[in-house]
This record gives sequence, structure tokens and C-alpha cells, in this order.
Amino acid sequence: MANSTVVHSIDGPRGPKPRKMLSRRNIILYGTLLVVAVYYLIPLYVMLVTSVKGMPEIRLGNIFSPPVEVTFEPWVKAWAQACTGLNCDGLSRGFWNSVKITIPSVFVSIAIASINGYALANWRFKGANLFFTILIFGAFIPYQIMIYPLVILLRDLGLYTKLPGLILIHTIFGMPILTLLFRNYFTTIPEELFKAARVDGAGFWGIYFRVMMPMSLPIFAVAIVLQVTGIWNDFLFGVIYTKPANYPMTVQLNNIVNSVQGVTEYNVNMAATLLTGLVPLTIYFISGKLFVRGIAAGAVKG
Amino acid sequence: MNSIEIKKLSLNFGEIEVLKELDLSIEKGEFLVLLGASGCGKSTLLNCIAGLLDVTDGQIFINEQNVTWYEPAQRGIGMVFQSYALYPQMTVKGNLSFGLKNAGLPKEEIEKRVKHASEILQIESLLERKPAALSGGQRQRVAIGRALVRDVEVFLFDEPLSNLDAKLRNELRVEIKRLHQKLDNTMIYVTHDQIEAMTLADKIVVLRLGIIEQVGAPMDLYRDPDNKFVAGFIGSPAMNFVNGTAKRGGVDAPGLGLHFDGIISTAHEGKAVSVGARPEHITLDPAGDTHTVEMTESLGGVSFAYLSGPTGERIVVEERGDERTAAGVTVGINIETSRILLFDAETEMRIRS
Repeated sequence: MANSTVVHSIDGPRGPKPRKMLSRRNIILYGTLLVVAVYYLIPLYVMLVTSVKGMPEIRLGNIFSPPVEVTFEPWVKAWAQACTGLNCDGLSRGFWNSVKITIPSVFVSIAIASINGYALANWRFKGANLFFTILIFGAFIPYQIMIYPLVILLRDLGLYTKLPGLILIHTIFGMPILTLLFRNYFTTIPEELFKAARVDGAGFWGIYFRVMMPMSLPIFAVAIVLQVTGIWNDFLFGVIYTKPANYPMTVQLNNIVNSVQGVTEYNVNMAATLLTGLVPLTIYFISGKLFVRGIAAGAVKG
Repeated sequence: MNSIEIKKLSLNFGEIEVLKELDLSIEKGEFLVLLGASGCGKSTLLNCIAGLLDVTDGQIFINEQNVTWYEPAQRGIGMVFQSYALYPQMTVKGNLSFGLKNAGLPKEEIEKRVKHASEILQIESLLERKPAALSGGQRQRVAIGRALVRDVEVFLFDEPLSNLDAKLRNELRVEIKRLHQKLDNTMIYVTHDQIEAMTLADKIVVLRLGIIEQVGAPMDLYRDPDNKFVAGFIGSPAMNFVNGTAKRGGVDAPGLGLHFDGIISTAHEGKAVSVGARPEHITLDPAGDTHTVEMTESLGGVSFAYLSGPTGERIVVEERGDERTAAGVTVGINIETSRILLFDAETEMRIRS
């Protein structure tokens, strides 16, 4: 205790307990975090650097080395020129298809599911629980069982291989989990708010649009993230229920990567993959803030 | 004229009977308090009057109109909730005008009413704020304002002060009373707090297990309860009860060490009774030796002595002024015979003579 000069009459520990930055605990904690972070970032790093290298550089085989000469040629090629079987207009066609599939699917499925959830949570009708159980049960039936019947269904509706057909499929498959999500969220909104709105003369839609929806932006954000990433990343339904002209981006990516003509263009493949992943990634970044924001704060006591 | 009339109202949740054939009439301009412990059905009854719950049987009339099948907004009621239930995304002004907009009122009329209500409640300076930026008392004022702007016949309060701290609760209680005097609306107020009930009510309805135990003015219930439940529920600390036996027109109460003459008809000879006496009607006799002071609670102006009697039955005695009896002391007690209330030990009903 050479450096502890006793100024006060109080002996023993006093004030905040001193903590060393380089304690064993900290080294282990941050060390582990760092290793895990690097482990997960390495594939992304490899993809990024490979996508901006030229083919001669890739052939050297140093996949971890940074690019000597940065070129965006592979990105341009992946977007506009890469070949999938017959046509050679790159990923752009798939991108626009995916946009045309994702936007209506996300919008329709969330609109229906949020109203479902709202009705189930607030307007308890006879048989509501049975209805809810059946809906949730739907979430546990494996997709494989439903694929073929749905092909027949879409064919009879005249929607097979068309975009509206795929949108319908995505809406149906999103329903159980989204309804559950919204129902559970709406039940956490104090019932008294719903009662107050009824006393104030708001009806089913008035309460939904003017009271419930503005209070539920975080859960809408969650639902949008779930649906956009889910539908954008979907491969199975896209390949089954559409034809080549309507293939979503994921299917087209697969076709680009797998159709080998001569040399495998790793840089183009990497660029195409990154392009495909860009949309869900952007969604995560944008919506992150909405998650955090406590919109319902101050609704009740607090 | 009756403002609200409830006829044979029943409500079941599945197998559970929450309200059982309730009859109740409330006069115009009356301040009625529904009082009871939690789970007695008081909030349920209020929700039925508001139209937020469908009744199982019976009828509800507001202003001579059968509103049993009406939507809440059509009934001419305004409601204030315990959790305030303000719409968090709207400003105070938005909250106040929401109901009026739904009713399709013209803009100038809405402005006028919002202005009027905010003046009465002194929330003019808060109109542009969101509920999150208000204190608890301000929020509850806005909630009252939301009922006020709708210019309704009947105000319903569902434990509006329970979320506030003690000081604010007293302030707002006085304010609600003042508001009632100014507006002269019919008000129905649900609470489990008997002090709120005593101070606010023109008429108290004591509910237990979905049944009305007694209806009456606060002091009538206090002085002249119909049964042991009402006697014990109203008043704080609660009325003391000890076991007694009817004997030759009087009552023996060994727990008090006393005998009261001529307070019960000889028809009840030998019957087991419950003897009730309020803490403020009992005086300590320092010369006596029937009771031991176990502990005392001093509230400043008054103090309460907790005594243990000869039979082990405990009673509470109020002392006023500066007298304080120390714990551990042996004392006797005196009660004026006229202050004693008798209840049938079995049925718990009052024995009036």
C-alpha cells in the first residue's frame, strides 16, 4: 500500500471498486468476441476482395490477399452481362423480378396478417381461439406436403408460372407466423386504450388505423424485415412456381454460378452473390433504428 | 328523474357469475361510488354501463332510453380509465378531439369545446404536447378532459386515481369533486379505496361477489351498516368485532370485558352475536386491567392502540390529541352502549333491536 495515502478518517474500501482494463476477465471476453467476429467476417472479406480482382490475379490463388488492382468490371458483368443459359443480360432481370415479387407480397401479407392479429387480439369473436389454433397449426406443416397441391391450385386459377401466383404463395405462407407476431404484439397494448377508443366512437377500422397502427410501428418494422428477407431469399417457391422469364434473383444467381462456360469466373460469381445479398442487408441497416425506438412509451403509466 | 337505471343485470363469464341480477337507479346529477374489494364486479358493472361488455341478461337505461344494445359512443357517456389510456402518438389536443372527429363535428365546434375543456382543467399550456411529456397528474387531467369535451350526460371513472402517488391523489380527488359541483353531471366512480368513496360520493354502493350489499349516503353506511361486511369495509382502521352472547335483553362481550344492557330484544336470547365498535368510540381506562397494549401507531393528530383482550381477541382504539399510551401497559376500556352495533354471528346481518 505504498501509494495509498490516508487522507480521510475512514479506513477500508471507499467509493467505486477499482477495475483494471487488462484484467484476465476482459482479455478473455474481448479476445473471444474478436475471434468470433473475425471468423464471421472472413468469408465476407474474401468475397469482397475477390469480386474486385481481375481473373489473372485470382488464378494466383491468394484468396486472402488484398487486390493489387481494383476493378469493378466483375460487378458490371454480374449485373448486366452474365449468362444464364440462353440469355446474357446478367442479374438485372432477376433483380427486377424479385422487386416485383417482394413488394406486393410483403405489403399484402403484412396488411392481412396485421388485421388478422388485431381482430384476434381485440375483437374476440366466437371461435377466435379455434381459428387461431388452425392458423398456427399451418406453420408446422412441412412445405413439401403443400408444394404439389399448390401447383395444381395455381394451374386451375390460371396463375401458375405467373408473378401474381408466386405473390399469392408468399402471402399464404407468411400468414401463420405474421398473424402470431401481430396478435401477440396487439395483446400487449393496454386494453384500456382500445376501450377508450370505442368510447370515443371509433369503429373497427378507425381503431386499427388511428390507434393501433401508429402505436405498432416497431412490430411492422419487424414484420417487414422478416418478410423482405424471407421472400427475397426464397429459392424454392421461385423455382417451382415461376418460369425462367420470371425467375427471382436468387434462382438466377444460382443459374449464373452453375452455368459453366469455359473458365469459372469467381470474381463475377462473388459480385453477383453480393449484389443479391445487398437488399436484405440494406433492410437490416435501415430498420435497426426502428427496433430501438420505444414508440409506445408513455402510453400508460410511466 | 333517473339518469341511469339498471334492471336485473346479470353477467357471466362462461360458468362464473360476475354480476347477479343487479338493480340500481342513479339520479340525475348524483355522484355514485361503486365500492368493493378487487374481484367484486365493480369495474365489470361500469364496463357494462359503458357498453364495453355485453351483458348476459337485464337492461340498462340511460336518460330513460334503453341502451342495452347501444355502442359505447352512442350512450352519451364519457369514461376515464385507471391507466389514463391516452393515445400516445397524438398530442393532448389530438387526444381531446379524437372522439369529436369521430362524431363528425365541425372544426370550429371542436376548437371551441377543446378550448373550453382545457380551461376548466387548466391544461391549455399542454395542448401541443404528447402524453409521454406529461406527468401522471397532467395525464389524468387530459383523460378527464377527453370525457369532458364530449359533452355527455354521464361520466364513468374506473379507479382514476389508483396510479397516482398519495399527494396527487388527494389533489385530484378534490378537483374531481369540484368538477362535479361545477358541471352537475351524473358521475359513477369505481374504487376500492373507502376514503375516496367517503369523500366523493353522494351515494355509495357496496358490492361483494357481484351482489349489492348496501346502498346509501356515506355517513349512513358508516353509522348504520346493514351487515358485518359493510361495517368492516367502511372506516379505517376497520371496525372492531368481538364475539358475544345475547342474555336477558343485553349482550355479554367477554372479549371486551363488558356487558351491555338493553340493546337486544329478548327474542334473541342465547344467540351468538358479533359485537362491533369503531376505534374512535372506544376509550381507554387507565385504571382497568382487562387489556394489554401490544403496540401503538402514531399518525400525528391521532394514534391507534392495538390491544389484546381477555379472550385473546384483538381490538384497535383511537386516541386523540397528545395522549399516548405506551406499549405493554395494562388498561381497561369503555364504550358507550349506544355506539355498539350487533350482527348475527351466523348470517352476519345486522341485529337492529
